Amino acid sequence: MSTVRVLVGTRKGAFILTADGKREQWDVSGPHFAGWEIYHLKGSPADPNRLYASQSNGWFGQLIQRSSDGGKTWEPVGNKFAYDGVPGTHQWYDGMPHPWEFKRVWHLEPSLTDPDIVYAGIEDAALFRSNDGGQNWQELSGLRGHGSGPRWQPGAGGMCLHTIILDTSDPQRIFIAISAAGAFRTDDSGNTWKPINRGLYSQYIPDPTAEVGHCVHHVAMHPSRPGVLFMQKHWDVMRSDNAGDSWQEVSGNLPTDFGFVIDVHAHEPETIYVVPIKSDSEHFVPDGKLRVYRSRTGGNEWEALTKGLPQRDCYVNVLRDAMAVDSLDKCGVYFGTSGGQVYASANAGDSWNPIVRDLPAVLSVEVQTLL
Amino acid sequence: MIRVILPPHLRTLAHVGSEVMLEVEGPVTQRSVLDAIEVLYPMLRGTIRDHATQQRRPFLRFFACEEDLSHEPPDAPLPDAVASGAEPLIVIGAIAGG
Repeated sequence: MSTVRVLVGTRKGAFILTADGKREQWDVSGPHFAGWEIYHLKGSPADPNRLYASQSNGWFGQLIQRSSDGGKTWEPVGNKFAYDGVPGTHQWYDGMPHPWEFKRVWHLEPSLTDPDIVYAGIEDAALFRSNDGGQNWQELSGLRGHGSGPRWQPGAGGMCLHTIILDTSDPQRIFIAISAAGAFRTDDSGNTWKPINRGLYSQYIPDPTAEVGHCVHHVAMHPSRPGVLFMQKHWDVMRSDNAGDSWQEVSGNLPTDFGFVIDVHAHEPETIYVVPIKSDSEHFVPDGKLRVYRSRTGGNEWEALTKGLPQRDCYVNVLRDAMAVDSLDKCGVYFGTSGGQVYASANAGDSWNPIVRDLPAVLSVEVQTLL
Repeated sequence: MIRVILPPHLRTLAHVGSEVMLEVEGPVTQRSVLDAIEVLYPMLRGTIRDHATQQRRPFLRFFACEEDLSHEPPDAPLPDAVASGAEPLIVIGAIAGG
């Protein structure tokens, strides 16, 4: 029978939640790296027992951990993220030049085909790649150096490269997103990059339609349709049907179009999920109700999914990397909250159950479907 | 032998007990002791001092013989009691955060 492994990064460690394909009884392993912030952990599609984890804290900085046995044991690998050349400056919150400084790794994206190749999205925003299982890291500096870098500015959470999407049909194409610079695409394995923000409108920046400066919160893609992208921006839910060359708003009837997560159903490329958050100044769900919204039409028309989720006195947030889907039939959907709950739906969102209720604040959720 | 006391998180990371024993070639300084630690325990690279600048990480301090040595130059000799092994060099994390 299939197994589902949910990888949860929290403010105080990592947890691994495992169940069989019924997804009813869960085994909870952890905390791994107790006391450390685990911004993200993710498994290799080419070798599901190869996991990578980003471990950091304010005292001791950044570590990268690697497992070769599905998270039972871990070993620290390389943690030296040196910008290529003289890093120069980006804009600070006040618009003044500020030197690029490494702070932490937000996201790790293993290669689709080689378990030793892994990408890291870091703060201050840059993309790194390791070809040796995380021992050594090299910056793909064409991104930061493509021209607009000096105009990038941090979002409230820092200037982080938080989204890395590897194109399933074109090994040379990668999408990334940065708060608050926007989305970018390379078509030559990371040597050169172009901003892909046409159609985004951000009224909080001096030029609302600028080439860069948009606070993109997350981007998702269905592996069978790599040209179609879905975006949760600071405000607005967007879609692109041409690999990011242009975007259209699909917020439709959402109660608020602010949020962080967005994801796509494993088998229905037009079925997408978001968790609306009341506003950028409050960062919790509206009306005390935790609701996942699902669109079966690729946006615009949304339905609230509430069964099994708290519908009163709930004031949690769901962060950008804290939703994932499994590939079972029916599709499982998972998300974690700032209150430490990890919710699972084994029926594409129709109903939900908490796997765990009292973890530290959840930073990221990834899912592996093990056949 | 030089004795070094690491903070608990780094003991876990390096799989060591409360005290680490080191041999140091030449003058016993912050730099030579940290160099020796990082050779023995490469997983600690970047956790006590920055990879690029070699600066002490801001939330860590160095103490020995009831003195705060954090702002001493990295190549200044450590106290004789540390060099002789009578007293440990203590790496301690700031009491901060949540």
